[in-house]
Amino acid sequence: MSKLCTLSEAIAQYVHDGDTVYCAGFTHLIPFAAGHEIIRQKRRNLILARATPDLIYDQMVAAGCAKKLIFSYIGNPGVGSLRIVRNELEAGRLEWEEYSHFGMISRLQAGAAGLPFIPMNQTAATDLEKNNPNIRRVKDPYTGVEVITVPPLHPDVAIIHVQRADKNGNAHIWGIIGEQKEVAFAAKHVIITAEEIVDESVIRSAPNRTLIPELIVSAVCHVPHCAHPSYTQGYYDRDNAFYLNWDKISEDPAKVQAWLDEWVYGVKDAAEYWQKLGPETHQRLQVHPRPAAAVDYGEY
Amino acid sequence: MENLSYTASELMCINAARLLRDGDVVFVGVGLPNLACNLARRTHAPNLQMIYEAGVIGARPARLPLSIGDPTLVSGASSVCSMYDIFTLYLQRGNVDVGFLGGAQIDRYANINATVIGDYAHPKVRLPGSGGSQEMAAWANRCYIMTPHQKRRFPEKVDFCTSAGFLSGRAEREAAGVRGGGPLMVVTNLGCMEPDETGELILTALHPGCTVEQVKENTGWPIKIATNLKTTEPVLESELNLLRNELDPEGIYLKG
Repeated sequence: MSKLCTLSEAIAQYVHDGDTVYCAGFTHLIPFAAGHEIIRQKRRNLILARATPDLIYDQMVAAGCAKKLIFSYIGNPGVGSLRIVRNELEAGRLEWEEYSHFGMISRLQAGAAGLPFIPMNQTAATDLEKNNPNIRRVKDPYTGVEVITVPPLHPDVAIIHVQRADKNGNAHIWGIIGEQKEVAFAAKHVIITAEEIVDESVIRSAPNRTLIPELIVSAVCHVPHCAHPSYTQGYYDRDNAFYLNWDKISEDPAKVQAWLDEWVYGVKDAAEYWQKLGPETHQRLQVHPRPAAAVDYGEY
Repeated sequence: MENLSYTASELMCINAARLLRDGDVVFVGVGLPNLACNLARRTHAPNLQMIYEAGVIGARPARLPLSIGDPTLVSGASSVCSMYDIFTLYLQRGNVDVGFLGGAQIDRYANINATVIGDYAHPKVRLPGSGGSQEMAAWANRCYIMTPHQKRRFPEKVDFCTSAGFLSGRAEREAAGVRGGGPLMVVTNLGCMEPDETGELILTALHPGCTVEQVKENTGWPIKIATNLKTTEPVLESELNLLRNELDPEGIYLKG
């Protein structure tokens, strides 16, 4: 069954005020265009979950979409501080719930696997545990040793950008695959955004590459360049100049609002945003091809 | 011998690189640890296996990675997996030899704070948080810390223990039953500190030209000096050339 729709339609249907939203992608494939559409549709009181909030949540927090953050590392990756999120946390204006990367990813794994909780070995560092009642201990029934546990995370909606998908939602991803599969299976609804919508035969030619199957997908949107200023492996590079520039913009609330006015509210969708970036940026982010050797599945 | 001039970052990076052994599996971070690992791989440790928390194994970055998830880490790597796999199959299972750690504060017992200055619930300065640090400090066989030697970075006790060093002493870490050996060395721009039999960091080596007085002035507890205090091997021109001409030609991480 085709689930093709516009990103605007998908956000309108599946992202509601107060929802827990997980925009997936560890540095790679971050669905910025979806974050911008959520800002344009003025969602409020969202619980934003991401291991690394990155610029996408800095922008959504700046636009007033969030009441709470669930995370494991807040920084502008490779640049420094994630200024807006940090300011809001320091000012006590944003609720938060914090884990280590492993704790955060384990919550997703538990959610994806349908488990009531998941154990992790002790780390001897207990301060986070003291401050987050979701991090608990249970005795291993086999050895009697205490292990650390976290509960499953079930986002209301996961938004996942991929290189290519068919119209039913079978999605191929390559490059860094951080937490996409776990988030997709943990979530109640999955929105796929794709650089390319391909025929089902392309997906079926390489089934090992299908990280996300259609049976858990609610919507499929064709959104080329959705991940800018992050990147899509093999399609375009990270716009590091923008990450550096955001460090300056985010120092000043007036500049942030002006940026949102120009680049989010001032454009109608991802295609217009990409055009507005202009040919110099397009060229700067181009990637030379480096294809993998073909594999032969055989005719049976 | 002529006197080479170098930055504090270059000095730390070169000394950290020398701690790596050929064949080590290293959990690499961006910035100086990445440069130290690539320097080691290009000199004495050609079989170093670099793995990244983003889920990349056997990375061979062709350019300087600008983030922990840079695409250059993937192209040409030997394997890519999920973050859950990296933290379980690789780190928790015990397949990582070395982790590099950093933080805003390192205390007398090598505990690390990368979370908050002040009260956790009402942060004075909110720092990035653990990321992969909490588990790396616990489960990597050996951990190394690289940080400039400043009093505010080396308090008697961390405001928040993000990642365990030796807690209040080796016995407490051992009681928790974590598999890794904990921090084995702290490399600064003045010298090297190592934990003694109680887990307390003591000064064991000075870089050429640095003094015990400088270290004392810049450490937040009355630091003990090893009886057999050593001097680190001088920086080699060949090491500097690799760093400056090939690994970080724009000086993005090495300027300071």
